[in-house]
Amino acid sequence: MKIDLTVNGQTASGEVEARTLLVDFLREQLRLTGTHVGCDTSQCGACVVMVDGKSVKSCTMLAAMADGCDVTTIEGLANGAELHPMQQAFMDNHGLQCGFCTPGMVMSGLDIVNRHGKELDAATVRRELNGNICRCTGYQNIVKSIREGARAMGD
Amino acid sequence: MYSFSYHRPASVAEAANLIANAADGKLVAGGQTLLPTMKHRLASPSDVIDLGAIAELGGIVVNGNIVTIGAMTPHAEVAASGEVQEAIPALAALAGNIGDPAVRNRGTIGGSIANNDPAADYPAAVIALGATVRTNRREIAGGDFFTGMFETALEEDEIIVAVDFPRPEAAAYMKFENPASRYAIVGVFIARTAGGARAAVTGATDCAHRAYRMEEALAKDFSPAALADFQAPVDRMNADIHASAEYRAHLVRVMAQRAVAACA
Repeated sequence: MKIDLTVNGQTASGEVEARTLLVDFLREQLRLTGTHVGCDTSQCGACVVMVDGKSVKSCTMLAAMADGCDVTTIEGLANGAELHPMQQAFMDNHGLQCGFCTPGMVMSGLDIVNRHGKELDAATVRRELNGNICRCTGYQNIVKSIREGARAMGD
Repeated sequence: MYSFSYHRPASVAEAANLIANAADGKLVAGGQTLLPTMKHRLASPSDVIDLGAIAELGGIVVNGNIVTIGAMTPHAEVAASGEVQEAIPALAALAGNIGDPAVRNRGTIGGSIANNDPAADYPAAVIALGATVRTNRREIAGGDFFTGMFETALEEDEIIVAVDFPRPEAAAYMKFENPASRYAIVGVFIARTAGGARAAVTGATDCAHRAYRMEEALAKDFSPAALADFQAPVDRMNADIHASAEYRAHLVRVMAQRAVAACA
């Protein structure tokens, strides 16, 4: 079946099987490999992208369900060579080690800002990250990065 | 995932027609349970009928003392709804603590109650608040809807349209959650209504159910102390690596007492 959607501001079309997951369409067909598959059991959050402005696990949505939707992936955040403030905050605060979970962490961080604003306390960030798993960092610097990234987005 | 035919009808009538004519069809709402199940090849429907494009299944309407939530309303929308927060704050809080934020953006009330996971949250609210489940054919009383583990009163090709929740005088939901999945190890929903106290338990047994003995105790004295001697039947409790039957029975009382206290 044919799907037409908007990905990172550009029109994207493709021929997919009914069973193609959104994450596989993004990675395999559009070659947007920044979105990761960490667990494939809908738990880890490495595959979080924005669909019509809301965070979703792209491994738990069919590509067909995204037909007509506006999708933003980690590749859609930077402005050329200039990182998005949330990305820059992860870099500045050592908010990653292996980096596998990072795309999902950044997208979920933006979703937290959308819902809770730019002044975030650590408890809110920790609670709202309960769908994103990191096995390296212990979360300390991820929480710090999201709080700082959120503040930086106000500038 | 095994292959299947995908359909995206624009109306309930069209969806009903598709499911009735499918060899082994499945309706999908948010897909937060069905898709993982299909990825594990634990389900292999011939046809998946996506209810996501049916406008008449969405939305929240408060009319007098009835809060109507469309079947396809995501948990995040219920949690963030000012109208639900005002009318039944316990219901908004319940929706806001299902799964995680990304799951709440896709998962829906209709999908949750149709799936009837024994540890799901919404069934407790539907039962305790005395809600009415409206389908494309009839109205089903909340207390009659959940019939067993992953079983409901729905016919194979029946579609939930909306759930009507009467506004209680006070209500609270307390759950002891699995810290990873946020499913209820035990959850108790207590409602104080004009018709008396109502209680429902989820997570503890094979299916969410009304707790009549708890209601009788609360009818005499609506206070946590009234449940001090309450004993949930250990032999009916679930037992797994997260909690033994004895522990779940204990949690039923503790969660119920906390919910009663929160109603005050």
